[in-house]
Amino acid sequence: MLKSYMILSIILFSIGMVGLISRRNIIVIYMSIELLLNAVNLSLVAISADLADSSAQVMSLIIIAIAASEAALFMALFVVLFRNKSSLDANLFDILGSKHE
Amino acid sequence: MSDTLLLNILLLSPLVSASLIFLINISMSQTKQYIYTFLALSGSGISALIALFVSYYSYFAKKVFVSHLFTWLSIGDFTIEVTLKADPLSSFMLLFVAPVSFLIHVYAAGYMNNDKSYGRFFIYFNLFIFFMFLLLLVDNPIIMFIGWEGVGLISYALIGFYFEDIQNTYAGNKAFIVNRIGDFGFLSALMLMFIEVGSGGFSYDAIFSHLTQIDDDMLTLIASLLFVGAMGKSAQIPLFVWLPDAMAGPTPVSALIHAATMVTAGVYMVARFAPLYNIAVDVSLFIAYIGAFSALFAAIVASRQYDIKKILAYSTMSQLGFMFMALGVGAYSTALFHMFTHAFFKALLFMGAGAIIVAFNHKQDIRELRGIRYFNPLLFIMMFTASLTISAIPPFSAFFSKDAIMSVLYSSGHIELFFMALAASLLTVYYMFRMIFVLFFSKRVQMGDKSSKAMIYPMAILTLFSIFAGVLNLPEIFGGKLNMSTWLNIADRDFFISHSDEILLMGVNTLLIVAVIIYTYKRYAYTVIIERESEQSIVARKFCVDEIYNAAVVRPLLSLSTFLDIKISNLLINNTINSMALQYEKLGRAFSYFENGNVRFYALYILIGCVMGFVYLYLILRAML
Repeated sequence: MLKSYMILSIILFSIGMVGLISRRNIIVIYMSIELLLNAVNLSLVAISADLADSSAQVMSLIIIAIAASEAALFMALFVVLFRNKSSLDANLFDILGSKHE
Repeated sequence: MSDTLLLNILLLSPLVSASLIFLINISMSQTKQYIYTFLALSGSGISALIALFVSYYSYFAKKVFVSHLFTWLSIGDFTIEVTLKADPLSSFMLLFVAPVSFLIHVYAAGYMNNDKSYGRFFIYFNLFIFFMFLLLLVDNPIIMFIGWEGVGLISYALIGFYFEDIQNTYAGNKAFIVNRIGDFGFLSALMLMFIEVGSGGFSYDAIFSHLTQIDDDMLTLIASLLFVGAMGKSAQIPLFVWLPDAMAGPTPVSALIHAATMVTAGVYMVARFAPLYNIAVDVSLFIAYIGAFSALFAAIVASRQYDIKKILAYSTMSQLGFMFMALGVGAYSTALFHMFTHAFFKALLFMGAGAIIVAFNHKQDIRELRGIRYFNPLLFIMMFTASLTISAIPPFSAFFSKDAIMSVLYSSGHIELFFMALAASLLTVYYMFRMIFVLFFSKRVQMGDKSSKAMIYPMAILTLFSIFAGVLNLPEIFGGKLNMSTWLNIADRDFFISHSDEILLMGVNTLLIVAVIIYTYKRYAYTVIIERESEQSIVARKFCVDEIYNAAVVRPLLSLSTFLDIKISNLLINNTINSMALQYEKLGRAFSYFENGNVRFYALYILIGCVMGFVYLYLILRAML
């Protein structure tokens, strides 16, 4: 039973990873990050159930709570980013890179 | 005052005055000239007084002044002490170096009057005596080498003193570079001695007491390398080419550095290492031959020169040749005695030349400097005295010294050396009186008289010295006791010559000299024959030595340097390094493409890194299980 939960978790994580890397829309990137987070949550809960130890479930609950507050932060971030460049294309936000020296 | 303090003051007072002049010179734009004069003269005057005091006590009381300054380095049981030690040889050198330096300082104060670099000149001049004293006073060859290099450096600076004219700078460079060749020899000899003598300390005494442990080949090598150093400093064949060019400096410089003191450092060094040269007999003989050839060569060349200072420069080289002949056959104190008298009369000749040059507004060609006797009879008397002295006419001082060299050469068994010396000595008479008769015995030409008192008085004193300095080492034949040789107590080789032979030798010598003077008088006095002499003859062109050196050494070296510069340094090394830098830059650009600032890509890199890490972990774990 654990195995299929873990496979699902891996699949979710991979989808999230691919979305994070390949999509340019910042909102979709945010969604991919959430997917990564929840893939990890799923595996934590599955392992916790398997080991009959509830501490991991507590941890995943905390993660969900933090992710919720994080969502609020992200929404604010999107607004600020959009005001700067009138767009949410991730490729426009590259001032970390060497071509802006 | 204690002995230690005296020696320290002797050494340091020129250094202090040089530093003071330097500080004043750089800190004030307008300084009264007399401040410089006062400082310079007091610096050299104090040391001259102390030098006389020291040599007085050394001569009469056999007192050796010693002053231990500090330990320069100490490695295990090997130490190098910086110790000033006025043993008889050093005191003897001080006896003429210090007073002559002081007199030339006084003279220079007159000669350089109103020169715009007056202060700079005296900085160099005072520094020069400091280094000269250092060279003479220290008791080990390593510190001596510092003084040796120091005087070379100052010589370079003063030859190129008027650096506005690039030719002067070239002359300075030439002197410095040629001297470097000699210094290379000296330095190699020091290193070899260091290896051979090693731990037993490195003072002269320690070296000489270890001489017997060194095998003969090594001794020969060390002795010849040391002599290469002397060759450079004392302008002997083949390293003499710098001395005539060195006359580009102001005349007091030629008088002090390139006639009376610095160029004699080579003679001093060979005499200092007399115990070494007494063992290395072959090298000594080689020195004698080099001296003989130099003396003859320089005398021949001098007889067809027209620049008054060049004549004197070649004359210096020739006289140094005489000294080396005497050194080579082992008559060290005879050579030193000639050096002693030479310092006075050659300084006097240069000062006279300087006075003439100033009076004629810096013309130096003797064909234009005529009839000076009518305008400045005093100068004539002094120059004439100096010329009689250098010609070794009795009873002037050089008669005793040169005649001593002659009789030593005669009795040494190397008769060919004697004849070469005789020829050189007669040629000396010829070129000196050629100059004198052209300068003084000719129809009058208008000239100014600008010799100040500061220039005349030192010359007068030197005239007295060059007449009477001979009494220091009167030979037995004139009722003397060879006081100087006794004082110096160097390991001279003994030569026996009977008194009748000696008198015969002197008589013949003097007769020949007088004959040459008469011939020269007939030829040059009141005639214009000098203007008809060809300047293109091989002698007037100095046997093309400079050209030969240029073709044989300078040009190949230059083309080698150019080749190394352009082909090796520029093309090979520069290009290699530049292309490496270029490649790194390209590599950097390639990497900077990855670092594009887009966070998505960073996530990708993290992913790749994680995957690779996991793969690695997986492989390791599989291998372990």
